[in-house]
Amino acid sequence: MGKRNRIYLLIYAQIVFDIPLLLRNNYHLMVLNVAALNIIVVIGLNLLMGYAGQISLGHAAFFGLGAYLSAVLTTTYGFPVWPALILAFVVTGAVAYAIGIPTLKLEGHYLVMATLGFNVIVYIVMIQLDAVTGGPSGFAGIPHLRMGGFVFNSERKIYYLFWAISILVLLLSLNLITSRVGRAMAALSHNEIAAKCAGVDTEKYKLNIFVISAILASLAGSLYAHYITFISPGTFSFFYSLQVVTMVLVGGMGSLWGSIFGTVLLTLLPELLHAVKDYNVLIQGVILTGVLVFFPEGLFPGILEAWRKRRVAAQQETAPTAKAP
Amino acid sequence: MSQEDALSLNGPILETRGLTLRFGGLEALNGLSISVESHRIVSMIGPNGAGKTTLLNAITGVNLPDDGDILFRGQSILGLKPFQITALGVNRTFQQTQLFSNMTVLGNVMVGMHPRTRSGFLGGTFHLPGERREEKQIRKRAEALLERFGLLPRAEWRASHISIAEQKRLEIARAMAGEPAILLLDEPAAGLNIRETEVMGDLILRLKGDGQTVILVEHNMHLVMGISDWVIVLHHGSKIGEGRPEDVQKDNRVVEAYLGT
Repeated sequence: MGKRNRIYLLIYAQIVFDIPLLLRNNYHLMVLNVAALNIIVVIGLNLLMGYAGQISLGHAAFFGLGAYLSAVLTTTYGFPVWPALILAFVVTGAVAYAIGIPTLKLEGHYLVMATLGFNVIVYIVMIQLDAVTGGPSGFAGIPHLRMGGFVFNSERKIYYLFWAISILVLLLSLNLITSRVGRAMAALSHNEIAAKCAGVDTEKYKLNIFVISAILASLAGSLYAHYITFISPGTFSFFYSLQVVTMVLVGGMGSLWGSIFGTVLLTLLPELLHAVKDYNVLIQGVILTGVLVFFPEGLFPGILEAWRKRRVAAQQETAPTAKAP
Repeated sequence: MSQEDALSLNGPILETRGLTLRFGGLEALNGLSISVESHRIVSMIGPNGAGKTTLLNAITGVNLPDDGDILFRGQSILGLKPFQITALGVNRTFQQTQLFSNMTVLGNVMVGMHPRTRSGFLGGTFHLPGERREEKQIRKRAEALLERFGLLPRAEWRASHISIAEQKRLEIARAMAGEPAILLLDEPAAGLNIRETEVMGDLILRLKGDGQTVILVEHNMHLVMGISDWVIVLHHGSKIGEGRPEDVQKDNRVVEAYLGT
């Protein structure tokens, strides 16, 4: 990670941890807590989309696996919260590995179809496997997260925990993409054949990134279950998968800072548009279409680029002699 | 003297035996047997469709031959994946430059060092001390390579923003970053003007001077005849002649099939 990213990260953390001082309303905190979890999922998905050149339409399923595994392990089987969370993401990672092996060996976008199908299957299992999951009426009574004697049972406590975790995930992901492995991933997403011939084991990297991406979704899902303490299948349907893909695209594929921008924007937007709630999906669709037409690289990189151009133009205006022969 | 050096003295560093590769009904390679000695510049010439690029694709594992064998230092590398063959020490460039266009010039060369470096996901994610050390070495060596190829002033430029001649050099620099035993160059002078082609020729000769084995596929006869130690002539996927440049130029079959004068 470069020096510049480190400075951005410090500023970002400062802003994030100052926000709750200004907010008195628990509901606002709740929306931001959900945003923090979405950020974890979206950063993972962006590593996959922006750095492995693959799309997953099944991240809601990995999110859901994390949530249900944590819920069942702690509530039904009495596991302590943190070991259950770790076990949940190990299992989810193994599932992703099993899906990735056959699909990522093929060139092309087979992973999209496999994950889409997987999402539908997981959703059906959540509904049908009544005895374990509670079926359509959901799973209640999940314990809160705790550390020693400290229980995370208020929006404010949760805020600091979730945002600290999401910042840590951002930090580690920024580390990863600026490392040898990150360069290899960027290379393979730009030009797979050249990456192979430069000595990159593209299949292995694609698979590893997919597993990491699923693990991050699972982690967010576990945190979600212990936060809301009640989960039901509806949260983990295909629509959530689409939502997080939209967040990646709006933020810009390959831009982790953009992911934060896209996630916060699209998590807050429905809250701001409560008056026109019925048109929520429509508005999301219009935003996605608009972004893809006008800012194919994402809204965040698009805005940065426009700003940079304006600045360059302004500099040329103030210093016309620089251009003279 | 290491075992590898001994082997390269005893026999050819690269050999193909009866290599056949078909695309549908078309025989791109037709029982082709060639042999390449170490520390030489060996050129492949022949009309378009003669199988030159297909041969490079077969050697690097991009296309799997239907028949025959490919030996690198006496060992078959048939069926290995491209990244494994690169790791063994066979590196290439492409007829149409295949750079990582969104990355910087420096970044491209740093990717090229992938097979000679080790840091993995854990090291990268947590910036472990070993990873930091290796990262410093990677940067240092990549910059040294850029300097050698006259690209250091462009280090932080986007690869797509430098000139064609520079892109061609960058692709060679990236390939050299993998410390290859054999460097395969697919038309390094394509799209270059006379002056740039001369520079490219000098650069390839300099590589050979440092002991590099080079297989060159090139249409520019002036360049080929000027720098090659050995020339192999392909036609319809078969070898129709080979020899030192001055002898090949005199060979009637070669003149007929290719030089056309």
